[in-house]
Amino acid sequence: MIKIDITKKLYGSDGEMQLDINLEIQEGSFVAIAGDSGSGKTTFLRILAGLENADGCISVSDSIFQDERTFLQPQKRGIGFVFQNYALFENMSIENNLLYVKKDKKLASHLLEVTKLTELKDRLPATLSGGQRQRVSLCRAMMHKPKLLLMDEPLSALDPSMRLKLQNEILSLHNEFGLTTIMVSHDPSEIYRLAQRVVVLKNGLIVDDGLPKDILLKTSGSAKFSFEGELLDILKVDVINVAIISIGQQLVEIVVSENEIKNLKIGQKVDVSTKAFNPIINAIKHKF
Amino acid sequence: MIDIVSNLDFTPFLLSFKLATVTTFILFMLSVPLAWFLSQTNSKIKPFLEALTALPIVLPPSVLGFYLLVALSQNSPIGNFFKENFDIELVFSFFGIVVASCFYSLPFMVQPLQNGFESLNKNMLEASYISGKSRFETLLKVALPNIKPALLTATIITFAHTIGEFGVVLMVGGNIPDETKVASVAIYEMVEIMDYSTAHIYSAIMVCISFVVLLGVYTFNANSNKMVNR
Repeated sequence: MIKIDITKKLYGSDGEMQLDINLEIQEGSFVAIAGDSGSGKTTFLRILAGLENADGCISVSDSIFQDERTFLQPQKRGIGFVFQNYALFENMSIENNLLYVKKDKKLASHLLEVTKLTELKDRLPATLSGGQRQRVSLCRAMMHKPKLLLMDEPLSALDPSMRLKLQNEILSLHNEFGLTTIMVSHDPSEIYRLAQRVVVLKNGLIVDDGLPKDILLKTSGSAKFSFEGELLDILKVDVINVAIISIGQQLVEIVVSENEIKNLKIGQKVDVSTKAFNPIINAIKHKF
Repeated sequence: MIDIVSNLDFTPFLLSFKLATVTTFILFMLSVPLAWFLSQTNSKIKPFLEALTALPIVLPPSVLGFYLLVALSQNSPIGNFFKENFDIELVFSFFGIVVASCFYSLPFMVQPLQNGFESLNKNMLEASYISGKSRFETLLKVALPNIKPALLTATIITFAHTIGEFGVVLMVGGNIPDETKVASVAIYEMVEIMDYSTAHIYSAIMVCISFVVLLGVYTFNANSNKMVNR
Protein backbone atom coordinates (compact mmCIF):
# COMPACT_ATOMS: atom_id res chain seq x y z
CA MET A 1 0.00 0.00 0.00
CA ILE A 2 1.22 3.49 -0.84
CA LYS A 3 0.13 6.08 1.68
CA ILE A 4 0.40 9.75 0.88
CA ASP A 5 -0.61 12.62 3.14
CA ILE A 6 1.09 15.84 2.17
CA THR A 7 0.61 19.59 2.14
CA LYS A 8 2.60 22.29 0.42
CA LYS A 9 2.09 25.96 -0.29
CA LEU A 10 2.26 26.67 -4.01
CA TYR A 11 2.56 29.93 -5.87
CA GLY A 12 0.60 29.46 -9.08
CA SER A 13 -0.55 31.89 -11.73
CA ASP A 14 -3.66 32.66 -9.66
CA GLY A 15 -1.66 33.48 -6.55
CA GLU A 16 -1.13 31.33 -3.52
CA MET A 17 -2.75 27.94 -3.15
CA GLN A 18 -2.48 25.00 -0.81
CA LEU A 19 -1.65 21.58 -2.22
CA ASP A 20 -3.31 19.14 0.15
CA ILE A 21 -3.40 15.51 -0.90
CA ASN A 22 -4.39 12.48 1.10
CA LEU A 23 -4.35 9.28 -0.93
CA GLU A 24 -3.98 5.55 -0.52
CA ILE A 25 -2.96 3.58 -3.56
CA GLN A 26 -3.12 -0.17 -3.93
CA GLU A 27 0.15 -1.75 -4.99
CA GLY A 28 0.17 -2.92 -8.59
CA SER A 29 -2.52 -0.48 -9.66
CA PHE A 30 -2.44 2.08 -12.43
CA VAL A 31 -3.60 5.50 -11.28
CA ALA A 32 -4.09 8.56 -13.46
CA ILE A 33 -3.89 12.09 -12.06
CA ALA A 34 -5.99 14.51 -14.07
CA GLY A 35 -6.89 18.16 -13.72
CA ASP A 36 -6.45 21.56 -15.30
CA SER A 37 -2.95 22.93 -15.77
CA GLY A 38 -1.79 24.67 -12.63
CA SER A 39 -3.78 22.33 -10.40
CA GLY A 40 -0.65 20.88 -8.80
CA LYS A 41 -0.38 17.56 -10.68
CA THR A 42 3.26 17.86 -11.66
CA THR A 43 4.26 19.21 -8.25
CA PHE A 44 2.53 16.25 -6.63
CA LEU A 45 4.57 13.86 -8.78
CA ARG A 46 7.81 15.72 -8.04
CA ILE A 47 7.10 15.54 -4.32
CA LEU A 48 6.66 11.76 -4.59
CA ALA A 49 10.02 11.56 -6.38
CA GLY A 50 11.73 13.66 -3.69
CA LEU A 51 12.53 16.46 -6.16
CA GLU A 52 10.51 18.92 -4.10
CA ASN A 53 9.87 19.32 -0.41
CA ALA A 54 6.47 19.14 1.23
CA ASP A 55 5.12 18.68 4.75
CA GLY A 56 3.63 15.33 5.67
CA CYS A 57 4.24 11.63 5.18
CA ILE A 58 4.77 9.36 2.21
CA SER A 59 5.28 5.64 2.61
CA VAL A 60 5.60 3.02 -0.09
CA SER A 61 4.95 -0.52 1.21
CA ASP A 62 7.49 -0.90 4.04
CA SER A 63 9.82 1.99 3.20
CA ILE A 64 9.20 5.51 4.43
CA PHE A 65 9.94 8.17 1.79
CA GLN A 66 9.33 11.01 4.20
CA ASP A 67 7.78 11.80 7.58
CA GLU A 68 8.43 14.34 10.36
CA ARG A 69 11.98 13.15 10.93
CA THR A 70 13.22 11.58 7.71
CA PHE A 71 13.49 12.69 4.11
CA LEU A 72 14.72 10.09 1.68
CA GLN A 73 16.80 11.65 -1.13
CA PRO A 74 15.61 10.96 -4.71
CA GLN A 75 18.71 8.77 -5.17
CA LYS A 76 17.47 6.39 -2.46
CA ARG A 77 13.80 6.09 -3.44
CA GLY A 78 14.28 3.52 -6.17
CA ILE A 79 11.50 4.90 -8.32
CA GLY A 80 11.22 5.34 -12.08
CA PHE A 81 10.32 8.73 -13.51
CA VAL A 82 9.34 9.58 -17.07
CA PHE A 83 9.48 13.30 -17.84
CA GLN A 84 7.29 15.06 -20.37
CA ASN A 85 10.37 16.39 -22.18
CA TYR A 86 12.15 12.98 -22.17
CA ALA A 87 15.20 14.36 -20.27
CA LEU A 88 17.58 11.86 -21.88
CA PHE A 89 21.32 12.10 -21.31
CA GLU A 90 22.19 13.76 -24.61
CA ASN A 91 25.89 12.86 -24.44
CA MET A 92 25.27 9.10 -24.22
CA SER A 93 24.09 6.57 -26.78
CA ILE A 94 20.65 5.04 -26.30
CA GLU A 95 22.11 1.90 -24.77
CA ASN A 96 24.37 3.89 -22.46
CA ASN A 97 21.40 5.95 -21.31
CA LEU A 98 20.05 2.70 -19.90
CA LEU A 99 23.36 1.29 -18.66
CA TYR A 100 24.13 4.53 -16.82
CA VAL A 101 21.30 3.69 -14.43
CA LYS A 102 22.46 0.12 -13.90
CA LYS A 103 25.13 -1.99 -15.56
CA ASP A 104 22.73 -4.74 -16.56
CA LYS A 105 23.21 -5.47 -20.25
CA LYS A 106 20.69 -8.30 -20.28
CA LEU A 107 17.86 -6.16 -18.92
CA ALA A 108 18.83 -3.28 -21.21
CA SER A 109 18.71 -5.41 -24.35
CA HIS A 110 15.42 -6.96 -23.23
CA LEU A 111 13.86 -3.54 -22.73
CA LEU A 112 15.18 -2.26 -26.05
CA GLU A 113 13.75 -5.31 -27.75
CA VAL A 114 10.32 -4.92 -26.16
CA THR A 115 10.19 -1.29 -27.32
CA LYS A 116 11.71 -2.12 -30.74
CA LEU A 117 14.72 0.12 -30.23
CA THR A 118 17.46 -2.50 -30.58
CA GLU A 119 18.61 -1.22 -33.95
CA LEU A 120 18.94 2.32 -32.62
CA LYS A 121 20.95 1.46 -29.53
CA ASP A 122 24.18 3.10 -30.70
CA ARG A 123 22.53 6.33 -31.82
CA LEU A 124 22.53 9.57 -29.85
CA PRO A 125 19.18 10.81 -28.46
CA ALA A 126 19.24 13.96 -30.63
CA THR A 127 18.87 11.80 -33.77
CA LEU A 128 15.63 10.12 -32.59
CA SER A 129 12.00 11.08 -33.09
CA GLY A 130 9.82 12.15 -30.17
CA GLY A 131 8.15 8.78 -29.85
CA GLN A 132 11.46 6.93 -29.91
CA ARG A 133 12.93 9.28 -27.32
CA GLN A 134 10.01 8.76 -24.97
CA ARG A 135 10.44 5.00 -25.35
CA VAL A 136 14.09 5.32 -24.34
CA SER A 137 12.99 7.40 -21.37
CA LEU A 138 10.52 4.69 -20.41
CA CYS A 139 13.18 1.96 -20.72
CA ARG A 140 15.60 4.01 -18.66
CA ALA A 141 13.02 4.37 -15.89
CA MET A 142 12.65 0.57 -15.83
CA MET A 143 16.38 -0.15 -15.50
CA HIS A 144 16.47 -0.40 -11.75
CA LYS A 145 13.22 -2.34 -11.64
CA PRO A 146 11.26 0.25 -9.71
CA LYS A 147 8.24 -0.61 -7.63
CA LEU A 148 6.77 2.77 -8.34
CA LEU A 149 6.71 4.36 -11.80
CA LEU A 150 5.85 8.05 -12.07
CA MET A 151 5.02 9.59 -15.44
CA ASP A 152 4.43 13.28 -16.08
CA GLU A 153 2.28 13.61 -19.22
CA PRO A 154 4.54 11.17 -21.04
CA LEU A 155 2.60 11.15 -24.30
CA SER A 156 1.29 14.69 -24.58
CA ALA A 157 3.92 15.76 -27.12
CA LEU A 158 3.30 12.83 -29.48
CA ASP A 159 0.93 12.36 -32.38
CA PRO A 160 -2.17 10.14 -31.91
CA SER A 161 -0.92 6.98 -33.66
CA MET A 162 2.36 7.09 -31.74
CA ARG A 163 0.40 7.58 -28.52
CA LEU A 164 -1.56 4.43 -29.08
CA LYS A 165 1.59 2.35 -29.64
CA LEU A 166 3.27 3.74 -26.55
CA GLN A 167 0.15 3.24 -24.44
CA ASN A 168 0.31 -0.46 -25.25
CA GLU A 169 4.01 -0.59 -24.39
CA ILE A 170 3.44 1.21 -21.10
CA LEU A 171 0.68 -1.21 -20.23
CA SER A 172 2.75 -4.30 -21.05
CA LEU A 173 5.71 -3.02 -19.00
CA HIS A 174 3.36 -2.16 -16.14
CA ASN A 175 2.14 -5.75 -16.12
CA GLU A 176 5.50 -7.43 -16.75
CA PHE A 177 7.29 -5.62 -13.92
CA GLY A 178 4.37 -5.61 -11.50
CA LEU A 179 4.59 -1.84 -11.24
CA THR A 180 2.51 0.61 -9.34
CA THR A 181 2.12 3.40 -11.86
CA ILE A 182 1.03 6.98 -11.28
CA MET A 183 0.56 8.96 -14.48
CA VAL A 184 -0.33 12.60 -14.94
CA SER A 185 -2.48 12.99 -18.03
CA HIS A 186 -5.31 15.06 -19.37
CA ASP A 187 -6.19 12.90 -22.30
CA PRO A 188 -9.48 11.12 -21.39
CA SER A 189 -9.00 8.32 -23.92
CA GLU A 190 -5.53 7.63 -22.58
CA ILE A 191 -6.77 7.55 -19.01
CA TYR A 192 -9.67 5.30 -19.95
CA ARG A 193 -7.41 2.87 -21.78
CA LEU A 194 -4.64 2.65 -19.17
CA ALA A 195 -5.83 3.52 -15.70
CA GLN A 196 -7.95 1.63 -13.22
CA ARG A 197 -8.49 4.72 -11.14
CA VAL A 198 -8.46 8.43 -11.80
CA VAL A 199 -7.85 11.17 -9.26
CA VAL A 200 -8.87 14.66 -10.33
CA LEU A 201 -7.09 17.67 -8.81
CA LYS A 202 -8.33 21.22 -8.75
CA ASN A 203 -6.44 24.08 -7.12
CA GLY A 204 -4.32 21.60 -5.20
CA LEU A 205 -7.20 19.57 -3.80
CA ILE A 206 -8.69 16.22 -4.78
CA VAL A 207 -12.14 16.94 -6.23
CA ASP A 208 -12.90 13.54 -7.74
CA ASP A 209 -11.60 10.02 -7.25
CA GLY A 210 -12.96 6.85 -8.81
CA LEU A 211 -13.25 4.62 -11.85
CA PRO A 212 -12.34 6.34 -15.14
CA LYS A 213 -15.69 5.25 -16.62
CA ASP A 214 -17.69 7.01 -13.90
CA ILE A 215 -15.63 10.17 -13.89
CA LEU A 216 -14.82 10.67 -17.55
CA LEU A 217 -18.26 9.99 -19.01
CA LYS A 218 -19.69 13.45 -18.70
CA THR A 219 -23.05 12.93 -20.35
CA SER A 220 -25.93 13.35 -17.96
CA GLY A 221 -29.66 12.67 -18.11
CA SER A 222 -30.92 11.68 -21.53
CA ALA A 223 -28.06 13.39 -23.41
CA LYS A 224 -26.20 10.90 -25.56
CA PHE A 225 -23.40 13.13 -26.75
CA SER A 226 -21.96 16.03 -24.84
CA PHE A 227 -18.95 18.10 -25.79
CA GLU A 228 -17.41 21.15 -24.26
CA GLY A 229 -16.27 23.79 -26.68
CA GLU A 230 -15.61 27.47 -27.19
CA LEU A 231 -18.00 29.71 -29.08
CA LEU A 232 -15.91 31.47 -31.72
CA ASP A 233 -18.45 33.35 -33.77
CA ILE A 234 -22.14 33.64 -34.68
CA LEU A 235 -22.86 34.22 -38.38
CA LYS A 236 -26.14 35.22 -39.96
CA VAL A 237 -26.69 33.11 -43.08
CA ASP A 238 -29.90 34.07 -44.94
CA VAL A 239 -32.62 33.58 -42.37
CA ILE A 240 -30.77 31.34 -39.94
CA ASN A 241 -27.93 31.91 -37.47
CA VAL A 242 -24.91 29.63 -37.43
CA ALA A 243 -22.64 29.34 -34.42
CA ILE A 244 -19.01 28.36 -35.03
CA ILE A 245 -17.76 26.30 -32.11
CA SER A 246 -14.33 24.87 -31.50
CA ILE A 247 -14.53 21.39 -29.98
CA GLY A 248 -11.21 19.72 -29.34
CA GLN A 249 -9.23 20.57 -32.44
CA GLN A 250 -12.20 20.67 -34.75
CA LEU A 251 -14.48 23.53 -35.76
CA VAL A 252 -18.18 22.76 -36.09
CA GLU A 253 -21.21 24.73 -37.29
CA ILE A 254 -24.43 24.55 -35.35
CA VAL A 255 -27.69 26.26 -36.20
CA VAL A 256 -28.98 28.44 -33.36
CA SER A 257 -32.24 30.35 -32.96
CA GLU A 258 -32.63 34.07 -32.21
CA ASN A 259 -33.65 33.20 -28.66
CA GLU A 260 -30.59 31.09 -28.06
CA ILE A 261 -28.30 33.85 -29.31
CA LYS A 262 -29.50 36.13 -26.50
CA ASN A 263 -27.89 33.83 -23.93
CA LEU A 264 -24.63 33.35 -25.80
CA LYS A 265 -21.50 35.45 -25.78
CA ILE A 266 -18.60 35.02 -28.22
CA GLY A 267 -15.57 33.53 -26.44
CA GLN A 268 -17.78 31.70 -23.95
CA LYS A 269 -17.34 28.04 -23.00
CA VAL A 270 -20.39 26.13 -24.16
CA ASP A 271 -21.76 22.64 -23.83
CA VAL A 272 -22.97 21.00 -27.03
CA SER A 273 -25.21 17.99 -26.54
CA THR A 274 -27.80 16.06 -28.45
CA LYS A 275 -30.24 13.37 -27.58
CA ALA A 276 -32.38 10.73 -29.27
CA PHE A 277 -30.54 9.91 -32.41
CA ASN A 278 -28.61 6.95 -33.70
CA PRO A 279 -24.98 7.68 -34.39
CA ILE A 280 -23.26 5.74 -37.16
CA ILE A 281 -19.76 4.57 -36.38
CA ASN A 282 -17.26 3.97 -39.17
CA ALA A 283 -13.65 2.86 -38.72
CA ILE A 284 -11.15 5.49 -39.82
CA LYS A 285 -8.37 4.29 -42.09
CA HIS A 286 -5.16 5.82 -40.80
CA LYS A 287 -3.46 8.17 -43.16
CA PHE A 288 -0.11 7.76 -41.46
CA MET B 1 64.24 44.43 -40.84
CA ILE B 2 65.41 40.81 -40.94
CA ASP B 3 68.06 41.73 -38.41
CA ILE B 4 65.46 43.07 -36.03
CA VAL B 5 63.30 39.96 -36.31
CA SER B 6 66.18 37.53 -35.85
CA ASN B 7 67.47 39.44 -32.83
CA LEU B 8 64.03 39.65 -31.31
CA ASP B 9 63.66 38.25 -27.80
CA PHE B 10 60.62 35.95 -27.72
CA THR B 11 60.89 35.01 -24.04
CA PRO B 12 58.14 37.50 -23.04
CA PHE B 13 55.74 35.57 -25.28
CA LEU B 14 56.82 32.23 -23.88
CA LEU B 15 56.32 33.64 -20.40
CA SER B 16 52.87 34.93 -21.35
CA PHE B 17 51.91 31.47 -22.63
CA LYS B 18 53.28 29.78 -19.54
CA LEU B 19 51.37 32.18 -17.30
CA ALA B 20 48.16 31.73 -19.29
CA THR B 21 48.44 27.93 -19.30
CA VAL B 22 49.05 27.66 -15.56
CA THR B 23 46.33 30.21 -14.76
CA THR B 24 43.78 28.54 -17.03
CA PHE B 25 44.47 25.13 -15.49
CA ILE B 26 44.17 26.37 -11.90
CA LEU B 27 41.06 28.43 -12.65
CA PHE B 28 39.39 25.50 -14.41
CA MET B 29 39.85 23.31 -11.36
CA LEU B 30 38.51 26.01 -9.01
CA SER B 31 35.74 27.34 -11.23
CA VAL B 32 33.96 24.11 -12.16
CA PRO B 33 32.81 23.45 -8.57
CA LEU B 34 32.05 27.15 -7.99
CA ALA B 35 30.07 27.55 -11.22
CA TRP B 36 28.21 24.26 -10.55
CA PHE B 37 27.30 25.45 -7.05
CA LEU B 38 26.14 28.85 -8.34
CA SER B 39 24.03 27.25 -11.06
CA GLN B 40 22.28 24.82 -8.70
CA THR B 41 21.70 26.93 -5.60
CA ASN B 42 18.88 29.25 -4.62
CA SER B 43 20.74 30.29 -1.49
CA LYS B 44 20.75 33.89 -0.31
CA ILE B 45 24.52 34.12 -0.62
CA LYS B 46 24.34 33.47 -4.37
CA PRO B 47 24.12 37.17 -5.41
CA PHE B 48 27.01 38.01 -3.10
CA LEU B 49 29.18 35.30 -4.62
CA GLU B 50 28.18 36.34 -8.14
CA ALA B 51 29.00 39.99 -7.42
CA LEU B 52 32.36 39.04 -5.91
CA THR B 53 33.18 36.86 -8.90
CA ALA B 54 32.32 39.64 -11.34
CA LEU B 55 34.31 42.35 -9.49
CA PRO B 56 37.51 41.97 -11.56
CA ILE B 57 35.54 42.91 -14.70
CA VAL B 58 34.56 46.26 -13.21
CA LEU B 59 37.53 47.18 -11.05
CA PRO B 60 40.48 49.06 -12.55
CA PRO B 61 43.43 46.65 -12.69
CA SER B 62 45.34 49.15 -10.56
CA VAL B 63 42.88 48.69 -7.69
CA LEU B 64 43.09 44.90 -7.89
CA GLY B 65 46.87 45.12 -8.29
CA PHE B 66 47.21 47.44 -5.30
CA TYR B 67 45.20 45.19 -2.97
CA LEU B 68 47.01 42.09 -4.18
CA LEU B 69 50.34 43.83 -3.65
CA VAL B 70 49.34 44.71 -0.09
CA ALA B 71 47.93 41.24 0.59
CA LEU B 72 50.82 39.26 -0.90
CA SER B 73 53.83 41.32 0.26
CA GLN B 74 56.11 39.93 2.92
CA ASN B 75 54.70 42.35 5.47
CA SER B 76 51.27 40.75 5.22
CA PRO B 77 50.31 37.51 7.01
CA ILE B 78 49.78 35.68 3.71
CA GLY B 79 53.06 36.76 2.13
CA ASN B 80 54.88 36.10 5.38
CA PHE B 81 53.38 32.62 5.67
CA PHE B 82 54.54 31.62 2.18
CA LYS B 83 58.00 33.10 2.73
CA GLU B 84 58.53 31.39 6.11
CA ASN B 85 57.09 27.97 5.22
CA PHE B 86 57.82 27.47 1.52
CA ASP B 87 60.45 30.14 0.83
CA ILE B 88 58.19 31.53 -1.91
CA GLU B 89 58.02 35.25 -2.66
CA LEU B 90 54.54 36.23 -3.74
CA VAL B 91 55.36 39.63 -5.18
CA PHE B 92 57.75 40.29 -8.07
CA SER B 93 57.85 36.59 -8.88
CA PHE B 94 56.21 34.25 -11.40
CA PHE B 95 54.24 32.60 -8.60
CA GLY B 96 52.91 36.03 -7.63
CA ILE B 97 51.63 36.88 -11.11
CA VAL B 98 49.95 33.48 -11.29
CA VAL B 99 48.01 34.29 -8.11
CA ALA B 100 47.19 37.77 -9.45
CA SER B 101 46.06 36.38 -12.83
CA CYS B 102 43.78 33.87 -11.11
CA PHE B 103 41.91 36.72 -9.42
CA TYR B 104 41.92 38.86 -12.54
CA SER B 105 40.62 36.17 -14.93
CA LEU B 106 38.22 34.44 -12.53
CA PRO B 107 34.97 35.86 -14.03
CA PHE B 108 36.02 34.84 -17.53
CA MET B 109 36.12 31.22 -16.42
CA VAL B 110 33.21 31.14 -13.97
CA GLN B 111 30.58 33.00 -16.00
CA PRO B 112 30.58 30.91 -19.21
CA LEU B 113 30.62 27.71 -17.13
CA GLN B 114 27.75 28.92 -14.96
CA ASN B 115 25.74 29.90 -18.05
CA GLY B 116 26.45 26.49 -19.53
CA PHE B 117 25.27 24.66 -16.41
CA GLU B 118 22.18 26.86 -16.14
CA SER B 119 21.18 26.15 -19.74
CA LEU B 120 21.11 22.39 -19.12
CA ASN B 121 17.71 20.70 -19.03
CA LYS B 122 17.00 20.57 -15.30
CA ASN B 123 14.98 17.38 -15.76
CA MET B 124 18.06 15.67 -17.22
CA LEU B 125 19.99 16.27 -14.01
CA GLU B 126 16.99 15.16 -11.95
CA ALA B 127 16.75 11.99 -14.04
CA SER B 128 20.31 11.26 -13.02
CA TYR B 129 19.53 11.79 -9.32
CA ILE B 130 16.49 9.54 -9.60
CA SER B 131 18.73 6.93 -11.22
CA GLY B 132 20.59 6.86 -7.91
CA LYS B 133 23.58 8.97 -8.93
CA SER B 134 25.18 11.49 -6.58
CA ARG B 135 25.58 15.17 -7.42
CA PHE B 136 29.28 14.64 -8.05
CA GLU B 137 28.74 11.76 -10.46
CA THR B 138 25.99 13.73 -12.21
CA LEU B 139 28.36 16.70 -12.62
CA LEU B 140 31.11 14.49 -14.04
CA LYS B 141 29.14 12.19 -16.33
CA VAL B 142 26.07 14.22 -17.33
CA ALA B 143 26.57 17.95 -16.75
CA LEU B 144 30.15 18.48 -17.98
CA PRO B 145 29.89 16.37 -21.17
CA ASN B 146 26.74 18.29 -22.11
CA ILE B 147 28.28 21.77 -21.90
CA LYS B 148 31.26 21.22 -24.21
CA PRO B 149 30.87 24.55 -26.08
CA ALA B 150 30.80 26.41 -22.74
CA LEU B 151 33.89 24.51 -21.55
CA LEU B 152 35.76 25.49 -24.68
CA THR B 153 34.64 29.12 -24.53
CA ALA B 154 35.57 29.40 -20.87
CA THR B 155 39.06 27.95 -21.21
CA ILE B 156 39.96 29.81 -24.38
CA ILE B 157 38.63 33.17 -23.24
CA THR B 158 40.41 32.77 -19.91
CA PHE B 159 43.62 31.86 -21.68
CA ALA B 160 43.35 34.79 -24.08
CA HIS B 161 42.38 37.22 -21.34
CA THR B 162 45.39 36.20 -19.26
CA ILE B 163 47.69 36.67 -22.27
CA GLY B 164 46.23 40.14 -22.63
CA GLU B 165 46.49 41.33 -19.04
CA PHE B 166 48.82 44.16 -18.19
CA GLY B 167 48.05 46.35 -15.21
CA VAL B 168 47.76 43.72 -12.51
CA VAL B 169 50.85 41.85 -13.69
CA LEU B 170 52.86 45.04 -13.81
CA MET B 171 51.84 46.06 -10.29
CA VAL B 172 52.29 42.65 -8.66
CA GLY B 173 55.13 41.33 -10.80
CA GLY B 174 57.07 44.33 -11.96
CA ASN B 175 59.32 43.90 -14.97
CA ILE B 176 61.82 41.12 -14.27
CA PRO B 177 63.13 39.35 -17.40
CA ASP B 178 62.27 35.61 -17.54
CA GLU B 179 60.26 35.94 -14.34
CA THR B 180 57.49 38.51 -14.74
CA LYS B 181 58.21 40.33 -18.00
CA VAL B 182 55.30 39.02 -20.05
CA ALA B 183 54.53 40.21 -23.58
CA SER B 184 52.24 43.09 -22.61
CA VAL B 185 54.78 44.42 -20.10
CA ALA B 186 57.58 44.05 -22.64
CA ILE B 187 55.64 46.17 -25.16
CA TYR B 188 55.15 48.86 -22.53
CA GLU B 189 58.88 48.79 -21.84
CA MET B 190 59.76 49.06 -25.54
CA VAL B 191 57.53 52.11 -25.88
CA GLU B 192 59.09 53.65 -22.76
CA ILE B 193 62.59 53.29 -24.18
CA MET B 194 61.29 54.37 -27.60
CA ASP B 195 62.20 51.13 -29.37
CA TYR B 196 59.17 51.47 -31.62
CA SER B 197 60.15 48.83 -34.17
CA THR B 198 60.21 46.07 -31.53
CA ALA B 199 57.00 47.47 -30.01
CA HIS B 200 55.39 47.28 -33.46
CA ILE B 201 56.34 43.65 -33.98
CA TYR B 202 55.33 42.59 -30.46
CA SER B 203 52.00 44.38 -30.82
CA ALA B 204 51.31 42.91 -34.24
CA ILE B 205 51.95 39.42 -32.87
CA MET B 206 49.52 40.09 -30.00
CA VAL B 207 46.81 41.29 -32.40
CA CYS B 208 47.23 38.19 -34.57
CA ILE B 209 47.15 35.74 -31.67
CA SER B 210 44.10 37.38 -30.11
CA PHE B 211 42.21 37.47 -33.39
CA VAL B 212 42.96 33.84 -34.23
CA VAL B 213 41.86 32.72 -30.77
CA LEU B 214 38.55 34.63 -30.95
CA LEU B 215 37.94 33.49 -34.52
CA GLY B 216 38.44 29.91 -33.36
CA VAL B 217 35.91 30.28 -30.53
CA TYR B 218 33.24 31.89 -32.69
CA THR B 219 33.71 29.40 -35.53
CA PHE B 220 33.40 26.49 -33.14
CA ASN B 221 30.33 27.94 -31.44
CA ALA B 222 28.64 28.63 -34.79
CA ASN B 223 29.26 25.01 -35.81
CA SER B 224 27.98 23.53 -32.58
CA ASN B 225 24.86 25.74 -32.75
CA LYS B 226 24.22 24.37 -36.23
CA MET B 227 24.49 20.86 -34.81
CA VAL B 228 21.95 21.68 -32.12
CA ASN B 229 19.49 23.36 -34.47
CA ARG B 230 19.68 20.69 -37.11
